[in-house]
Amino acid sequence: MIRVVLPAHLRTLARIDGEVELDVPGRVTRGSVLDALEVRYPVLRGTIRHQDGGARRAFIRFFACEEDLSHEPPDAPLPEPVATGAEPYLIVGAMAGG
Amino acid sequence: MTGVRVLAGTSKGAFVLTSDGRREEWEVSGPFFGGWEIYHLKGSPADPDRLYASQSSGWSGQVIQRSDDGGRTWEPVGNKFSYDGTPGTHQWYDGTPHPWEFARVWHLEPSLDDPDAVYAGAEDAALFRSADGGDTWHELPGLREHRSGPSWQPGAGGMCLHTILLDRSAPGRMFAAISAAGAFRSEDAGATWRPVNRGLQSEGIPDPDAEVGHCVHRIAMHPSRPDVLFMQKHWDVMRSDDGGDSWHEISGNLPTDFGFPIDVHAHEPDTIYVVPITSDAEHYPPEGKLRVYRSRTGGNEWEPLTNGLPQQHCYHNVLRDAMAVDSLDECGVYFGTTGGQIYGSADAGDTWAPIVRDLPRVLSVEVQTLP
Repeated sequence: MIRVVLPAHLRTLARIDGEVELDVPGRVTRGSVLDALEVRYPVLRGTIRHQDGGARRAFIRFFACEEDLSHEPPDAPLPEPVATGAEPYLIVGAMAGG
Repeated sequence: MTGVRVLAGTSKGAFVLTSDGRREEWEVSGPFFGGWEIYHLKGSPADPDRLYASQSSGWSGQVIQRSDDGGRTWEPVGNKFSYDGTPGTHQWYDGTPHPWEFARVWHLEPSLDDPDAVYAGAEDAALFRSADGGDTWHELPGLREHRSGPSWQPGAGGMCLHTILLDRSAPGRMFAAISAAGAFRSEDAGATWRPVNRGLQSEGIPDPDAEVGHCVHRIAMHPSRPDVLFMQKHWDVMRSDDGGDSWHEISGNLPTDFGFPIDVHAHEPDTIYVVPITSDAEHYPPEGKLRVYRSRTGGNEWEPLTNGLPQQHCYHNVLRDAMAVDSLDECGVYFGTTGGQIYGSADAGDTWAPIVRDLPRVLSVEVQTLP
């Protein structure tokens, strides 16, 4: 079970309370986690990564295990503690004004 | 009971303001989509309970929301806006070619007769249409692919398609306006377009009377007289009597002819409203006096409307989509400011009162006249 934490404005949009728990078939990567997340919550399509091409939106970051994984390739394996559910995968809205 | 519903988009959410036909007491609901920019929301003329809203943020991009109960509840619908084919380039601010990139929807224009059909004006400038209530969107590429497209440049706010006018008298005829490309007309429901900018003079571009390149801020039309168009350009208030084929200036005695919104009285096709703004460098009313100007002669002769509006120390702007009129017997006029006020007049502008004073920056104002 993969644990995913979303920024508040996306939890509101998708009507989610707390963490999301996802079954991710196969390799646990950013791409596979987001695929599973978007299947569960279609409203999140386009809000974390672009729908055309799948690139990360500029002000969205991915953290786990006290590391910034934002620049890892989308098909790179996520850390083992994320894959086992010991640690959450954090999807974060970058700190910026407004 | 007859009433009105004012739909306000702000920089931090949407608000719905409702009143009866007297328009004295208002119920305010919202914010909806708190924290998100709501560039525009608008109701279907064919079904006043069907509303569409453009929700966006710098973090998470574009979302479209739909309501089927007059704005009490909302559901997110489709948000995939993909340019048709290989979109090529337009000019960037520095004149270099720049790929077309979708940023947001500035304006939603529901069909006049089908609640499930709606147009969306996008940045970078393109026209999209949904036929299924916003679930899916398809570009009408004929506008962006006009031969002049590669020469279009963004205005300071981005290269936005901000105005979509549908002509009830001529199915298939529609107008669009883009900053800073100009005005365009289609006779075939958006399949093909031609620029309609003859008569515009813009000193800020290399060729002041070029076919395209004009920073049109807003166009308005009265449905009973669709060949007459009114335009607030970056500078100059303009009028066309031939569906945009030619334009002439009607700034007349305005204190400044810079501004953003322009609108037409619901029952008097020659009564029009603008909000003069000092200049392109000073986006606030002249002398700190918030004045709507009304012409009852289709332009040139303007009177300031000040009763109930702040006449000192007011330095807010009124954005291009932030003025609207209702169609009650005594036409109501509404506008919102970048300072968060929404003012209403239940007597065609003679007197004004704030409906709300402390909203976030108001990006758009629409009004529905309810049966």
